[in-house]
Amino acid sequence: MTATADKPAAEVVDTVSLTIDGTEVSVPKGTLIIRAAEQVGIEIPRFCDHPALKPAGACRQCLVDVASPGPDGNLRAFPKPQASCTMTVTEGMVVNTQHTSEEADRAQKGVMELLLINHPLDCPVCDKGGECPLQNQAMSHGRPESRFVDVKRVFEKPLALSSEILLDRERCVLCQRCTRFSKEIAGDAFIDLQNRGAQQQIGTFDEDVLDFDGYRPVGAATVDEAGKAFSSYYSGNTVQICPVGALTSAAYRFRSRPFDLVSSPSISEHDSSGSAIRIDHRRGKILRRLAENDPVVNEDWISDKDRFAFAWQNLSDRLTRPLVRKDGELVETSWPEALAAAAAGIKAATAADDEGAARGAAVLTGGRVTLEDAYAYQKLARVVLGTNDVDSRARVASDEEQAFLGTQVAGTGLGVTFGELEKAPAVLLVGFEPEDEGGVVFLRLRKSLGRQQVLTVAPYLTRGAEKLGATLVPAVPGREAAALAELPADASEALSQPGAVIVLGERAAEAPGAFVAAQELASSTGARLAWIPRRAGERGAVEAGALPGLLPGGRTAALKGPRDVVAKAWGVDALPSAKGRDTAGIIAAAAEGAIGALVIGGVSASDLTGDVAAALEATGFVVSLEVRRSEIAESADVVLPVAPPSEKPGTFVNWEGRLRGFATAIQTDAMSDHRVLDLLAREWGVELGTGTVEAVNAELAALGAAEAAHRPAAPKAKAARNPRAKKGTAVLATWHQLVDEGALQDGEPYLAGTGRVAVARMSAATAASLGDAVSVEVSTEVGAVELPLVVTEGMVDGVVWVPVKSPGSWVARDLRAAAGAVVSVKGAA
Amino acid sequence: MSGSDEVWKVNRERDAKRETFESNLPKKGPIGEALAPVAGFGVSLRNFFRPTVTEQYPKVKVPTMPRYHGRHQLNRHPDGLEKCIGCELCAWACPADAIYVEADSNTPDHQVSPGERYGRVYQINYLRCIFCGLCIEACPTRALTMTNEYELAGPTREGLIYEKQDLLAPMGKNMLAAPHPMVPGTTDGSYYRQEVDGPVEEQVAWVREHRPDDPTLPENRGKEPVEDQAPREERYTSSQHAAGAAGGVRYENQGGGPF
Repeated sequence: MTATADKPAAEVVDTVSLTIDGTEVSVPKGTLIIRAAEQVGIEIPRFCDHPALKPAGACRQCLVDVASPGPDGNLRAFPKPQASCTMTVTEGMVVNTQHTSEEADRAQKGVMELLLINHPLDCPVCDKGGECPLQNQAMSHGRPESRFVDVKRVFEKPLALSSEILLDRERCVLCQRCTRFSKEIAGDAFIDLQNRGAQQQIGTFDEDVLDFDGYRPVGAATVDEAGKAFSSYYSGNTVQICPVGALTSAAYRFRSRPFDLVSSPSISEHDSSGSAIRIDHRRGKILRRLAENDPVVNEDWISDKDRFAFAWQNLSDRLTRPLVRKDGELVETSWPEALAAAAAGIKAATAADDEGAARGAAVLTGGRVTLEDAYAYQKLARVVLGTNDVDSRARVASDEEQAFLGTQVAGTGLGVTFGELEKAPAVLLVGFEPEDEGGVVFLRLRKSLGRQQVLTVAPYLTRGAEKLGATLVPAVPGREAAALAELPADASEALSQPGAVIVLGERAAEAPGAFVAAQELASSTGARLAWIPRRAGERGAVEAGALPGLLPGGRTAALKGPRDVVAKAWGVDALPSAKGRDTAGIIAAAAEGAIGALVIGGVSASDLTGDVAAALEATGFVVSLEVRRSEIAESADVVLPVAPPSEKPGTFVNWEGRLRGFATAIQTDAMSDHRVLDLLAREWGVELGTGTVEAVNAELAALGAAEAAHRPAAPKAKAARNPRAKKGTAVLATWHQLVDEGALQDGEPYLAGTGRVAVARMSAATAASLGDAVSVEVSTEVGAVELPLVVTEGMVDGVVWVPVKSPGSWVARDLRAAAGAVVSVKGAA
Repeated sequence: MSGSDEVWKVNRERDAKRETFESNLPKKGPIGEALAPVAGFGVSLRNFFRPTVTEQYPKVKVPTMPRYHGRHQLNRHPDGLEKCIGCELCAWACPADAIYVEADSNTPDHQVSPGERYGRVYQINYLRCIFCGLCIEACPTRALTMTNEYELAGPTREGLIYEKQDLLAPMGKNMLAAPHPMVPGTTDGSYYRQEVDGPVEEQVAWVREHRPDDPTLPENRGKEPVEDQAPREERYTSSQHAAGAAGGVRYENQGGGPF
């Protein structure tokens, strides 16, 4: 995470001059005619052409008249109009589009008539109606009257490709944008062209459609655990790029028309990529989200989670008024009363008892809040509550990770970028599964397929890693450090190439010594380090200092120097000096009754391995800041409602360190966390100064990044030894799948249907030790999870993998175990 | 001399140069000139002997012209399925933004209109509607037409937002109330081409199985009035057009408002 590498000197580009509709234009060599025409503002109708996909020439709508100089130098016209989306420009070429050439115009009209022959023209019932390129171009370039009088081809419709994506083959113009996206970008070829001629259609792998006669491929065909063509995490993009209404989403089916919608640009709250999205809402309700083109971050694409998971904030359990517990029941009350009750409760719970012993307060904030919110939480903890017990890592966390974040991540600005990750000759992934935990990071890595060597330190090669052409560096979960230390020579060699990147995921914190080992590897190979957490707010929380040992800007809370700098900026005498506890430490202390008051915002109890129920029970007073009536809110003493990201302005800091600010999409009277905390602090007579986003950002800018002496000490940790797996036990490997039962995906059954079936994975040898098992029961002293067994080739022996929070497998809640723990496994027939 | 005085001077000079106004009308003779001040009474006197045009509304209700633009109506197919598919083209065409539509998917258990889509919410705000009829022109299924009903006034703003049940055409003689499946073997195209002329036995059987008490079933007809929804008058008892229809009770201004 050093400064950005020097930009290469401006490359000299060969240019080609040509004439389009009488306008001279010079474009780089290899440019397509259709792009050259765009540069001079000449619009050529098209369906199959998409700048991010390879040329196909499938729809023929972009036909133009082309003449180019022959060997003798004389201009020779092509005998027929040519597809401008597949032909590159040549020197001296003369192109006449439909604006100047009657023949091109006639050809385009003819193609349009042909495309419309089998099109059902059911625009009134079609979701694309009103924003449909086919509809628009039929109006601008089509005939006013149809000459077709025969019966149109009909198909059964809609065909559900997955629970979310619906296919209407009648409307399809066979442009192949969807199949090209699936193959080129996502790597999930779940749909393809089938049949020939008039019966040509897009379809899933369907024996009837393919006229299947028992012929099967010799090699192993990849099918998912459900035994059906598996669904893609990026399938929603095909709906957005479909130029007709052939692909539609079940979630948006018949919901509204484009003229009903108000579009607001925003940033996705689902992962640390900070993808640019567009929120389309009608009467204050979000109806859909689309990808916005942001060339430096998400390009044209977003994951299905970014696109479809937005219903959570409008569910019936949404909080709109503050709640205060009276006679054991949470009752709605006014803001002043709730704030007064919250402050009085915290004061009473943390006051010294008769013997003079006082229990402290602690603040927990999940990794979902914005930079400004995280800043307000930690400032409240340090200024008002006088404690360093504040943590934003609602997951496995370690001091080693915190030291790494303080020295390498916080306040370092823009580190490795998406573009650099894409161009890296070699990428080593540690505790990071790009498809499941990275969202669009996966698409960037896949873009370099064949040009980039991907190495992944993991217990097995996932399907996502396979799609990246990754090489497995086998590691038992929790022992990644050892794997890094003993990296094969060719892998270290690959990482020694200039521009190579080592990616550390949030799960690197589950492996003692992984950060140290990765740093050593980086210094020995010269590779750069990137930390890609899973949640959207993680990097922002690190920048804001919402970690027990970190102050804003990467300053350590352990030294007096940096504490004084921050105290001076905040106008207080001193900051608390006692060492703060992390999330697990706070929950454990609370369960023992050592915490007087807890302020919790944006944390799901089921994400934590500790006994949250006992912790809340034993804590004197709990204040919860929540969007919805969560489990924690239900057992809190005061619940303060806060705004979801679409109803407030704020900033997410993505994993690159890029500030992704967003404005309010929907105006409501819901308040941001930082504003609520500002009001709460006033009950103590403290002006927190976090009332507005601008105020917080001004404070953050004034504080700036820490000087080197104020940073925490370099991470120190010993690699864990390989555990001795006894018979009947295995080491637990586990991570979140992209589409699972996370709180932000609630209320969206169609998206949930595209998630992968939860299974337990084991190597053949480990599975054999269980006997003839069909399913596996994974258990700890606390509970058990039973899942169907899938024997996975090339998996590390003695390891069992289960998803963290998929249907039927809530590891943190049911097992209270994290990756690297030794769990009992039992086979079941 | 100040600047404004100068302006006035210029203006006065310009006015002085203007020609005085002379009418093109033929000049009257001396008798005409003399009677000119009372000529207006002639108009009144003439009308004493003409038939009156005052309409005695609401005591006497004069029929409108047949194509008068009155309240909208959402029509049904002959078998009782709704014609509206919730496409929102009416809302799109509306220059006054008076129409609000939300569509939904037809399912086998809940088939409201032929095809995939039906209008779940349909509202027309008669405070906004200007009765231009562009919505009628836009409707691709002839679901929306206009009736001659013109008594659209009411005491509340909410009451003048007509919901789908207020706008739906009354059930015809043989119609079967939706939802029920389409006629077997037909598509939405068959309905559009008017190839369906009434409910068939399968549809009746389906409704009998799912809603045995439905008043539009042949065996239930005549037991109670074939009105599948409460008339609007009952829902808004104080509304003016209800009072007008009942004859006698007039809406009284209760709030002391400007009217």
